Amino acid sequence: MRYLLRRLGFYLIAAWVALTINFFLPRLMPGDPATALFARFKGRLSPEALQALREAFGLTDAPLWKQYFTYLAHVLQGDFGTSVTYFPSSVGSVILTGLIWTLFLAGTAVILSFAIGTLIGIAVAWWRGGWADTILPAFFAFLGAFPYFWLAMLALYVLGFDWGLFPLGHAYSDDLTPAFTAEFIVDVLRHAALPIATVVIATLGGWVLGMRNAMISVLGSDYVALARAKGLPPGRVVLRYAARNALLPSVTAFGMALGFALGGSLLTEIVFSYPGQGYLLVQAVRNQDYPLMQGIFLVFTLAVLGANFLVDVVYFWLDPRTREVSS
Amino acid sequence: MSDPASDHEPVLSVRGLCVDYVTGTGPVRAVDHVSFDLARGEVLGIAGESGSGKSTVAQAILRILPPPAVITGGQALLEGEDLFRMSEAELRAVRWRRLAMVFQSAMDALNPVLTIREQIEDTLEAHRPAGTPRNPGRAAELLALVGIAADRLDSYPHQLSGGMRQRVGIAIALALEPAVVVLDEPTTALDVIVEGEILQKILELRRRFGFSVVFITHDLTRMMQICDRVAIFYSGRMVEIAPAAELRAHPRHPYTQGLLRAFPSVHGPEGELASIPGAPPSLKSPPPGCRFHPRCDQVIDRCRTEEPALVQLGARRAAACHLVTAAAAAVSASATPATADV
Amino acid sequence: MSGAASGRATGLMAWWEAIRRDRKATIGFVLLAGFVLLGLVGPWLVGDPDAMVGVPLQPPSWAHWLGTTGQGQDVLAQTVVGTRVSLLIGFGVGLAVVAIGSLLGVTAGYFGGRVDGVLSMLINVFLVLPGLPLAIVIAAYLPAGPLTVAFVLVITGWAWNARVLRSQTLMLRQRDFIAASVVSGESHLRIITREMLPNMTSLLLAQVIGGTIYAIGAQVGLEFLGLGDVSAVTWGTNLYWATNDSALLTGAWWTFVPTGLCVALVGFGLVMLNSGFDEVTNPRLQQERAWRAFLLGAGVPVSRSTPVAIAHE
Repeated sequence: MRYLLRRLGFYLIAAWVALTINFFLPRLMPGDPATALFARFKGRLSPEALQALREAFGLTDAPLWKQYFTYLAHVLQGDFGTSVTYFPSSVGSVILTGLIWTLFLAGTAVILSFAIGTLIGIAVAWWRGGWADTILPAFFAFLGAFPYFWLAMLALYVLGFDWGLFPLGHAYSDDLTPAFTAEFIVDVLRHAALPIATVVIATLGGWVLGMRNAMISVLGSDYVALARAKGLPPGRVVLRYAARNALLPSVTAFGMALGFALGGSLLTEIVFSYPGQGYLLVQAVRNQDYPLMQGIFLVFTLAVLGANFLVDVVYFWLDPRTREVSS
Repeated sequence: MSDPASDHEPVLSVRGLCVDYVTGTGPVRAVDHVSFDLARGEVLGIAGESGSGKSTVAQAILRILPPPAVITGGQALLEGEDLFRMSEAELRAVRWRRLAMVFQSAMDALNPVLTIREQIEDTLEAHRPAGTPRNPGRAAELLALVGIAADRLDSYPHQLSGGMRQRVGIAIALALEPAVVVLDEPTTALDVIVEGEILQKILELRRRFGFSVVFITHDLTRMMQICDRVAIFYSGRMVEIAPAAELRAHPRHPYTQGLLRAFPSVHGPEGELASIPGAPPSLKSPPPGCRFHPRCDQVIDRCRTEEPALVQLGARRAAACHLVTAAAAAVSASATPATADV
Repeated sequence: MSGAASGRATGLMAWWEAIRRDRKATIGFVLLAGFVLLGLVGPWLVGDPDAMVGVPLQPPSWAHWLGTTGQGQDVLAQTVVGTRVSLLIGFGVGLAVVAIGSLLGVTAGYFGGRVDGVLSMLINVFLVLPGLPLAIVIAAYLPAGPLTVAFVLVITGWAWNARVLRSQTLMLRQRDFIAASVVSGESHLRIITREMLPNMTSLLLAQVIGGTIYAIGAQVGLEFLGLGDVSAVTWGTNLYWATNDSALLTGAWWTFVPTGLCVALVGFGLVMLNSGFDEVTNPRLQQERAWRAFLLGAGVPVSRSTPVAIAHE
């Protein structure tokens, strides 16, 4: 329990750092983004609305520390300001529309990738020295060297455009309205197949190699030697003695790579015009929509921190040594 | 102690065991032509410095040495069957049932993510013949044998003290009532008092169940206290073997003599504490002739060029030393050769 | 031949030996050298990448080996010219990331105590914050261009290296020879630079390679989003324009495939180079190979249990 509390504390600190970075960025950068920002809004916002936006960003004439707390107060209430691109919608509402799709896409992809990669890694480590061991590391290294979004482009081109097996973009067909029908669900899955597959393939190598290395190290341990000496069937040795322990460093690595993998999935969304955070981000960048950009940064960061905490919970469940201070 | 040299066949017979580690620069011999017999109910001690090959021998017999180890010679006859000719499946059936091990540090030998109960019961399950019912109370029975309360069954290894973990290791080893129990430095990681308790417990269980024990350690004093016979290893070879009392009173091999000088007894007259100068040789490039000769205080010319063979000096005694062989030959010039069994 | 085989490569010579002896590392080195050469010499061999030399979106032909872009530019010229800047930024950021990361990591590991406490917290926070959104947000406030890209890449990438160097320093710190130096009154700076760093050469080299891999990939990603200088010719901006001109949906695969292949080959080459390292610094992998070869020669199958290979004379 103390372990989890400590981790929670750490994530709170990290979240605070992200918030603070967000606060100081407009003030630290050369030029005067505040002016630029408001220039874009001119003629579209009433003076009161402009003032409200200033407050949301904390860009008032109050002393710095006061601005900071105003800003924090706004963020904690979920007020990230108003979007330039999707004026007059608030940043919060814009983000919300894309969040579900991003969570669906990235979440599924990352979990699938980890699960499949881990299983392959276990298999490769157990059957060492076969062709798998010589070829796979190099193969996955090559595969992983392609930028995710490039693989997405390739997949879209070959499977979508050329062979017409999958739709060319978006989360669901334009002529369908979202509903909990089988037809809609199948349609969503068809649209999600390529993006998810791309992210899975791009990230698979990392999990395979990580698990393989952890397995190799665990297979040399005394408790595995004892398990073999006890005459336990090989399946049991592999799973309950080796894999169960090798999973621990793998899960830790998963947490560390989560932010990276999710970032890559953002770029993949762009290629597939998937209506998630990635797409919104690109719009924000192109339109210099700072409120939206910073809102996405914050929401995405908090999501990653939250996911990391979930991974810690899983680790807590997997490793009995975290559950209390050992004697 | 009962006389272990009864006319039964030895329960374990190792003949000419050779173990190599195959490295990128060629094979390195870690165990060189080691032979010994273990009689039913006997406690055999194997002593030596680190790197002498004593642990390697134990793991080689069960064939659980990890790569890059290869067994390049010899036989290991467990109750008459050669373990080196068995298939994977046959080995799995024999392991633990007939020969079990207690590892050097049960701390590392117990799976950190499984409870004690699970680790005892999976052993029982793996060897339970089809058709026989499970015995749910057996795990608690085994823990009771080593003096641990049954409520510890659901603990994880990290929740137990070092001594308790080692006792769990012993309980697991006895789960299938094997004929031979190998203890590989079972008390190195424990303090002296706990060590004494554990060894007492093992001897008590041995009296009760009648299994043979191979006790591997570098602590000669302990060994003398509890073993029937003691074998001394040096640089991958067995250099002397004799009944414990005889070895302590009349060590023949210069290395054994040096070792005994370095391990004073708590009782008895004060003597000089002497260590053997130098260090054990590298296994990759051992010295020519007798491997001990660079450190030997009784070295003669022959030792530098010719490897001494293990020569019988009596019914249960042997040594590998040119001096010893020469002295024995002189003494029993006309006597008939000793029996082949050691 | 004996020294390098033992597995504790610390000097440049040992590193070079490792590359030559391991097939994977050799392949990696060759790939990398090829691209560096391409970056150095290539731009003089091809035409002006910005010039509009043909009909837009033409597939590869003898006139234009890799076809033309959506604006009639030669794809081959763009790819080759892009190599130089992309590699430069890649290596540069790789070096910078290791320099900064090592500075902070070694300081944290060496001094311990509160210094370590604060630095470790900093390192862990930057490790957990997702890099891409942070990079985008910072880059958006700065003028577009290679310096901005390099800057944000360093900010988001230094933490990994810092963590690795910190663990290594912690390990070395406990070694006897360091304790001896401390006791003998050597100044901290001397200990770090003359006793510790030389022992970490191979690690630092591996980290630079890793940092470069990260930098090239991340750089391409940022430029793809439009955060680099879109009028410059780099691999990333090539992909940006390819998407902008709807290459995919018009079937013009040649506008994005060559660039992706280049990025992958360079990345792959770097990884192979690094894995060549692994073989040397991890003697276990090497040993297993010799063991398998031995068993194969003896006609004994590899098994879970210790194999028995008795030669019958």
